[in-house]
Amino acid sequence: MFHISRRNFIQSSGLIGAAGLLTSTSRIAHAANASIGIVYVGPRDDFGWNQAHAVAIKSLKTIAGVKAAEEENVPETDACSKSMESMINLDGANIVLGTSFGYFAPFMVDLARKYPKVEFRHAAPLWDAGKHPKNLGSYFGYLNQAHYVDGVAAGLSTKSNKLGFVAAKPISSVLSNINSFMLGAKKTNPNAVVQVIFTGDWSLPVREAEAVNALIDAGCDVITCHVDGPKVVVETAEKRGVKTCGHNASQAPLAPKGFITGAEYKWETIYKLYADKLAKNEPLPNMLAGGYEADMVQNSPFGAGASDEARKAATSAIADLKAKKPIYGGPLKDNKGKLVIEKAYDNLDPFLDQMDYLLEGVVGSIT
Amino acid sequence: MSEASELSAAAPDVSGETRRDFILRARRSAEYLVIPLIALAASAFLFSLFLLAVGKSPADFFELVMRGGFGGAFSIQNTLQRSAPLILTALAVAVPARIGLVMIGGEGALVLGGFASAAVAIPMLGVVPPVPTLLVMAVVGAFVGALWIGLAGALRHYRGVNETISSLLLTYIGVAIMNFFVEGMLRDLTNPNKPSTKPIGDAYMLGKIPGTDVHWGLIVGVVVALLLQVLMTRTTFGFAARMTGGNPRAARAQGLPVGALMVTCCALAGGCAGLAGFFEVAAIQGRANASLAAGYGFTGILVSFLARHNPVAIIFVAVLFGGIVAAGGLIQRRMDMPDATVLVLQGLTFVVLLVSETLYGRFAIFRVDEKGGRA
Repeated sequence: MFHISRRNFIQSSGLIGAAGLLTSTSRIAHAANASIGIVYVGPRDDFGWNQAHAVAIKSLKTIAGVKAAEEENVPETDACSKSMESMINLDGANIVLGTSFGYFAPFMVDLARKYPKVEFRHAAPLWDAGKHPKNLGSYFGYLNQAHYVDGVAAGLSTKSNKLGFVAAKPISSVLSNINSFMLGAKKTNPNAVVQVIFTGDWSLPVREAEAVNALIDAGCDVITCHVDGPKVVVETAEKRGVKTCGHNASQAPLAPKGFITGAEYKWETIYKLYADKLAKNEPLPNMLAGGYEADMVQNSPFGAGASDEARKAATSAIADLKAKKPIYGGPLKDNKGKLVIEKAYDNLDPFLDQMDYLLEGVVGSIT
Repeated sequence: MSEASELSAAAPDVSGETRRDFILRARRSAEYLVIPLIALAASAFLFSLFLLAVGKSPADFFELVMRGGFGGAFSIQNTLQRSAPLILTALAVAVPARIGLVMIGGEGALVLGGFASAAVAIPMLGVVPPVPTLLVMAVVGAFVGALWIGLAGALRHYRGVNETISSLLLTYIGVAIMNFFVEGMLRDLTNPNKPSTKPIGDAYMLGKIPGTDVHWGLIVGVVVALLLQVLMTRTTFGFAARMTGGNPRAARAQGLPVGALMVTCCALAGGCAGLAGFFEVAAIQGRANASLAAGYGFTGILVSFLARHNPVAIIFVAVLFGGIVAAGGLIQRRMDMPDATVLVLQGLTFVVLLVSETLYGRFAIFRVDEKGGRA
């Protein structure tokens, strides 16, 4: 699941170096001898976090010489160690990917010590060079950049100028997605405001549906979210006849009328890089993270809800992000009037990972 | 079921009389082995039809179950590790079942027991050495579990509250209590994204059984199962409990302390589940958090019913279940089937075994009449 703050990770690693290293991924051609084992906490067709990983693995399987073994619905108990060990012992996996927060400690840390010749990578910024084995590491994507693009398109898609955001918990990565979505919307529609409702947990389908209805009743005509499985949010909004932006994976099939675009991870980039390095017998980076500039996030293909104008604006916003144009161009105040961002920050600047506020333009409270 | 074990537990004597007696007993108790085996074969057959219907090969499937669950040292350890918590949580269902209570709250007792053992350990870390700390943790875990299921038993006896419903609802309360503390007072603030208690640390973790990758919960589970088998079949307490289970009114008329028996059985059951929680914390997680509610308590219900609430049979059924779950991953990976496949197999097995209950006493071959010797 997606229970993250990027804090410790950024502090502990040469992130910029890692991201820079990724700017050229085109050299990945035909990897060989990479046997990947990947473990998901939920079903791989959840229209969310797990599906995003499964889609990437599927594309990897088409590369000659790459084998991939997947296991879904593995709880955050010793079942995850046993599944991973089984992949190593019975499938010959030489890299194991854990995609749920709770897999990391103690399970993957212990396994990395037990199997020093196997590489372990975990999809949350938890690896610490001082504490953890060298054959373990973390990878992560800056999804807020794709939420920014969502906002750019959403700003041109609203008639009421009210956008609704259903969010799980007020932690920094979620807050950054909300703030980026708002800033994107403001860019194309200065009158737009984003109204947010926190449900309190990562997967509360009933409360998520209630939140969507409440936002629509309050006048919002575009809905997006940051929860584990956006299926309920997107379906409820579609049923109410309003437009939607997605999160984590593509929810386009759930909203044939109102889907605009969505913020998606592009794990494929990271997984291909791992497979390529393994095939060449090169060491894998312990830390990998980036956004559009490193091709690690993407937006879902435009749906029927996206006007030509919105498509154009979103496409040019993507080009800006690839050119590393900052999202947070200060000075910016939080929604209580306090100056929180004094100057423009690079999109990957660790300062932004400490975010514990909603910016002006977002209606809602984190307490 | 109890008869089966009583009978098979009796040692054969060489003298002619007892020998003939033994053969007759064996013939009768064979029923308790043969019928479940037939049921397992029938569910395997039905499941094969299901596989054929979705275009997969049953031969591949069962080969993978054998390889992933029981083929080779790694797979066997994988299976045993997964069955360890199931033995204890199944016992949490089996013991109350003997006294006629359908108690399904093992999950709550496991979660609270695990949480309590983590909570009690925190102030002892670095002050008290690991071994006494672990003992205290185990006792506290079992005690809290015992209180929890004992509460459901007491509600049943003194207030007439349906124990099945109350124990199920108590599970949700138990999980909520743990979350309340884990997200509040006892939260480890160095772990911002997954609310947990402070870790007990490697030095205080319970090790593995030497030479294996399986934690001590397995051995303890087996020992507890054997002790409970003796308690329920070889002691006056067990006899009184079974008699109460058969007919509480008659038991009361006989002057048996029905209430005390019920609450004791429930407390024993809760103690087993609490102990399972202790092992999850001390041998696996190293801390208490929402991962404790991993469903072992609910799978234990299935295991106990399949074992017909016989503690010794629970050991074997739990291993069978552990094997199927352990192989489940391999099946997903090799056959490209969803995780739900294994659930279909488990569900089919459960239904077929329940249906097979109606077969007992219907086959002449197992029947021993008065003329043949002792009935």
